[in-house]
Amino acid sequence: MPLAKRVIPCLDVKDGRVVKGVNFRGLRDAGDPVELAERYRDEGADELVFLDITASLEKRATLRSLVSRVAENLDIPFTVGGGIRTMTDARLVLCSGADKVAVNTAAIRDPTLITRLAEVFGSQCVVVAIDATRKGRTYEVSSHSATKQTGLDAIEWAAEAAKRGAGELLVTSIDRDGTKNGYDLGLLRAVTTRVNVPVVASGGAGTKRHFLEALEEGGCDAALAASLFHYNELTVREVKDYLAAHGVTVRP
Amino acid sequence: MRFLIFNYGAGNLFSIRAALKKEGVSSDITRTGAGVRQADAIVLPGVGSFDQASRALPMPRLREQIESGKPVLGICLGLQLFFASSEEGRGKGLSVLDGRVRRFPSSVKVPQIGWNTLNVIRSSRLAEGVPTGSWVYYVNSYYPEAKGRCVAATTSYGVDFPAMVEDRNLFGTQFHPEKSGTAGRTILRNFVRVVKR
Repeated sequence: MPLAKRVIPCLDVKDGRVVKGVNFRGLRDAGDPVELAERYRDEGADELVFLDITASLEKRATLRSLVSRVAENLDIPFTVGGGIRTMTDARLVLCSGADKVAVNTAAIRDPTLITRLAEVFGSQCVVVAIDATRKGRTYEVSSHSATKQTGLDAIEWAAEAAKRGAGELLVTSIDRDGTKNGYDLGLLRAVTTRVNVPVVASGGAGTKRHFLEALEEGGCDAALAASLFHYNELTVREVKDYLAAHGVTVRP
Repeated sequence: MRFLIFNYGAGNLFSIRAALKKEGVSSDITRTGAGVRQADAIVLPGVGSFDQASRALPMPRLREQIESGKPVLGICLGLQLFFASSEEGRGKGLSVLDGRVRRFPSSVKVPQIGWNTLNVIRSSRLAEGVPTGSWVYYVNSYYPEAKGRCVAATTSYGVDFPAMVEDRNLFGTQFHPEKSGTAGRTILRNFVRVVKR
């Protein structure tokens, strides 16, 4: 039996509430993080991602107490990102109950952060989150919750992040995020054929079929979604049953 | 009953502590090994790198307790520390089990991140009530290449590697039981039961 493909609900948190917008704007309230985390666990989520989306923007510390509250009741793994800029930030988040940390803006500013995190905590708990926007035939990395363009090529950055010690890449298409038009398979395929670390697809899930596409055509190891699950348009269980029926190995 | 969790300074101790608490066990966290004699069991948790942990652990003190028969649960990296050496670095492990720690082959994505299945190869106290095919959660780039009968269950990922080991008072899981849902809970409960006896 191969490693199971993972379905991962993402909780974007702002001011202690789960929120969701379109293209990172127009945020709407989507519920209590602890309640949602427990609901997803019960539905068979393989993992959770918890992003404090205001952290980079407003320079706030990650919501550590909230992380602990969520992790206390969870017997599935859990990644935390948003505003992690230093080794100390990462350590505090891990000590609060996170299994992995996701870095984005800080890693772009100082790529050695990835290496230092990997050396101390091990690659397996270092996730590099990459927000990418299509520019003609290439993809550009954006930072600061997708508000700034960096000029970096997303595929090159993915390769560098993996080389520097990232244990996993969380690749989000900013163009597709919140649109429900499907993951950007071109972006995902470009990344998964380039790196040999697990890749999580993000941005654009709207149907069960989109998950299957990300895992098969996109070559990803996991697929992440937020609003679909928050608003009960699809349950994690429905997605996993569909994947299993299409020959994908999933944890039942 | 009190367990002692060793802190190598690099990781999530919150989850294993919370999981043990659900089984009615309180645990203390230590860097130096203070209180290790009084503890009912030792937990070597599973986040960090081999060298960092090798440097941070009070090796002689820990080895003395292990040799005295105190139950030890090694999780992921904690299990790897039972062995003498690792391809992850130059640091020395505890050398209480025969074998060495190797990196997964490049034919598979490294690290292994996600849910994989157990193949139970012999009966053990740790895996009691956990059948072959149970799903457990892995986050690892390295695995122990163990020699002898200590291996109780294996998992396939590029190679068949030891998923669970049990030898006298040494218990180990290469996966994270505290993150492995029902199967993980059963395994932690089994360890607690062993310590109680």
